[in-house]
Amino acid sequence: MAEALLSLAGVNTHIGQYHILQGVDFEVPRAGLTMLLGRNGAGKTTALRTIMGLWKASAGAIRFDGREITRTPTPDLAQLGIGYVPENMGIFAGLTVKENLLLAARSGAPDKKRLDWIFKLFPAMQKFWNGLAGNLSGGQKQMLAISRAIVEPRKLLLVDEPTKGLAPAIISNMIEAFKELKRTETALLVVEQNFHFARSLGDAVAVMDSGRIVHTGSMAALAADEQLQTKLLGLSLESHQ
Amino acid sequence: MSAAAKPLAQTPVAALPGERLDWIPLALIPAIAILALPFIPSLPTWVTLTVAGLAMGMMIFMMAAGLTLVFGLMDVMNFAHGVFISVGAYAATSVVLAMKASMQADSLAANLSAILPAVLAAMALAGFLGWFFERVVIRPVYGDHLRQILVTMGGLIVVEQLIHVVWGPDIIPLPRPATITGSFIVADAAIERYRLLAVLVGLVVFVAMWLVLNRTRLGLLIRAGVENAEMVESLGYRIRRLFIGVFVAGSALAGLGGVMWALYQESVNAQIGMQVMVVLFIVLIIGGLGSVGGCFVGALLVGLVANYAGYLAPKLALGSNILLMVLVLLWRPRGLFPIGKA
Amino acid sequence: MLSTLISGDYPRSRVLAVALVAILVGLALAPFAFPGTRSVNVAAKVAVFILLVASYDLLLGYTGIVSFAHTMFFGIGGYGVGIAMAKLGVGWGSLALGIALALAVSAVLAFAIGLLSLRVKAIFFAMITLAVASFFQILASQLSWLTGGEDGVTYKLPELLLPGTKLMETTILGVEVNGRLVSYYLVFFAALAFFLVFLRMVNSPFGRVLLSIRENEFRSEALGYRTVTYRTVANCIGALGATLAGALYAIWLRYTGPDTTLSFNIMIDILLMVVIGGMGTMYGAAIGATIFVIAQNYLQDLMKLASTATKGVPLLPDLLHPDRWLLWLGVLFIVCVYYFPGGIVGKLRAATR
Repeated sequence: MAEALLSLAGVNTHIGQYHILQGVDFEVPRAGLTMLLGRNGAGKTTALRTIMGLWKASAGAIRFDGREITRTPTPDLAQLGIGYVPENMGIFAGLTVKENLLLAARSGAPDKKRLDWIFKLFPAMQKFWNGLAGNLSGGQKQMLAISRAIVEPRKLLLVDEPTKGLAPAIISNMIEAFKELKRTETALLVVEQNFHFARSLGDAVAVMDSGRIVHTGSMAALAADEQLQTKLLGLSLESHQ
Repeated sequence: MSAAAKPLAQTPVAALPGERLDWIPLALIPAIAILALPFIPSLPTWVTLTVAGLAMGMMIFMMAAGLTLVFGLMDVMNFAHGVFISVGAYAATSVVLAMKASMQADSLAANLSAILPAVLAAMALAGFLGWFFERVVIRPVYGDHLRQILVTMGGLIVVEQLIHVVWGPDIIPLPRPATITGSFIVADAAIERYRLLAVLVGLVVFVAMWLVLNRTRLGLLIRAGVENAEMVESLGYRIRRLFIGVFVAGSALAGLGGVMWALYQESVNAQIGMQVMVVLFIVLIIGGLGSVGGCFVGALLVGLVANYAGYLAPKLALGSNILLMVLVLLWRPRGLFPIGKA
Repeated sequence: MLSTLISGDYPRSRVLAVALVAILVGLALAPFAFPGTRSVNVAAKVAVFILLVASYDLLLGYTGIVSFAHTMFFGIGGYGVGIAMAKLGVGWGSLALGIALALAVSAVLAFAIGLLSLRVKAIFFAMITLAVASFFQILASQLSWLTGGEDGVTYKLPELLLPGTKLMETTILGVEVNGRLVSYYLVFFAALAFFLVFLRMVNSPFGRVLLSIRENEFRSEALGYRTVTYRTVANCIGALGATLAGALYAIWLRYTGPDTTLSFNIMIDILLMVVIGGMGTMYGAAIGATIFVIAQNYLQDLMKLASTATKGVPLLPDLLHPDRWLLWLGVLFIVCVYYFPGGIVGKLRAATR
């Protein structure tokens, strides 16, 4: 069995005096899309931020691609091949779409083939190439955030609530884009609340509650078991679209 | 292409970006100049005052630019920023006094041979002090605004005293180089050579900053970092190094401003940085904390208003910049070009 | 009885208790124990600054606000007395009126500053207070018809407080019982009383809410305390304390001017005193003010000795030059901000645990 790409063991995170992550254990395989689900306040965003080094784990170990990264500084993680799309998208509103992508392509200019692929996924990026990112619509901003994360090949993408606040039509588009992403070498760890999105794309699923992982398994199994859904997430996911 | 992709391609063109430049605040500069015109009896006087105002504004800009950029990028307000100005002024003074003959010679080349090393010394020493400050004084209190204010105030006190130790407590007169003293007359208006030089230097500095910020990769990093330093790190850049670089550059620039200001006053004293801090803060607030463009506009406005007021209503002159600040805040509570940090 | 007087806020350190008692006794007996114009002056200044710094500690130490406008309120108190005495005629009525007006003006200004600025981040607030204080300084120097401009106002006080007034023919312990003595004890007892009031305030429920806001504003809001209200009130009370201190100082000096009240150097001095003494302790104000004022007046003599003693050594004589006493206090200040947030008081208390 291939070693998991990312593994967390007993990870704890304190923010000030608040003990948010209370011993998180789970793994992300080398391929496919793992969904991280859970109620609000369960600690999903904190988990992603801890992996990305934006918050320091107070205990436990995180391993990525065979090396220990618990104490590795954030910029180094990006260079190791981890991309991060935060909950608020983190796009630079005062810069143009072009400048946003330029910044993300660490080696200078983005690879032409890569750029063409991004334009195919998200035509708006080409259309508003010289436009200010701040003037894009919500959906377009999200597309830019994802484009930025994939403008260079990554081993792992951490995405925090990509469909938050987006209209259903745009969400459908996102699903298509993510399906495309899954066809690449990139493993994905996605935090989501929208179950339609989760079920369409998720291969594996991990559920968090109160700073711990309370369930791991395949998405298909969870989708089929409505009782389990209610127990874990407090509601039937079918109704939460 | 799937059917669902179509609606996006048809997103209305109204979503295209607006202008980069918010020109209204910029227009204030000529507006105020023109506004003062009817109140000033003679045109030559107006010209003199305007040049004086622009010169003062440029020097203030040079002194303040580093302060606002550091705040925007690093969320640090260095209340000791004035010491970079003072130290720069003093360093230049030492060099200039050592090269008295070259300063007094009536050739531009000789003057420059004294002034250029003085300026370089000022920027180097101020930059070095900046590096020291960032590493030793400020780094331990990143993120803690209260302690930042206290610690930088402490730094201000200590460095000011150290200036006394090194250079003595007296005011040192600083004569301008021979070829840049005096005024020349253009159509009845007396324009001081030095002030014109200050305007030129200021413009060069501003244009250089603008080019770096908007046309280089480094500038891209800085602009992005000002918006969201964390995200820049997540994209793989060591933003701490950028912080240090910007801090040092800002301090060196303040040093340059200090030299220009000292030559303007024709004297140096240890309080030179402190005296100007209130004005710098006012300029920062007017321009919008963190905005270099705002700082530029704010500085010029303050310079112009101070000079016009000094002529028209001397009693009002000292408080004129505060009144200007209040007016601007009533119009735009976060300054002319807010970045969203305060 | 003692517990009620100091509102249950015990020194919690033997050394500190001894020091505080020494300060209290020293100030109480100053005219007799340390006769001579200079030493009584120092004692009066210590009393005034203890009150001034205590009022600042309420803001900085207990509420976590850095304000640079404190000297402005100090000045308002001073000018209130000065202008009343100079323009409204000397008398207890006009004195009371001057003080009352000063307090009113301070309250209004503090309220306005609080409302306008406390909704913004600490740095913006600090900058605005600096600008406001600077503006006030400019006003004071420009409105010379009212304030005497750069020269300030000199005035007389009600007869009871004048040095020329002899109250008794005999002297007590060699000290003449005159108006100066009365002035001194007026300042001393007033400062002591108001200091105890501040002590009561910070040990009341109000004080505890302030501390909780300083610790964690978010949680305090969640618990239902409207932090903006509390901070505005704290801002006003601190301002009033400074105003009273200013009035007392004006009574003692019989002079008010921009250099004795509004100068930015005084603001820096207050910061030094409150941090070195100990933020958030009230007693820190007493310790800090005493150390500072005494150093300001007597340390320099000591430093002069040291400076001449090290004459041949490079740089050292300059560093030890009496005019450089502020350098060393500045260094001590920085060290306290980094390592001893509780200042001297905090260190003494920690040592006993």
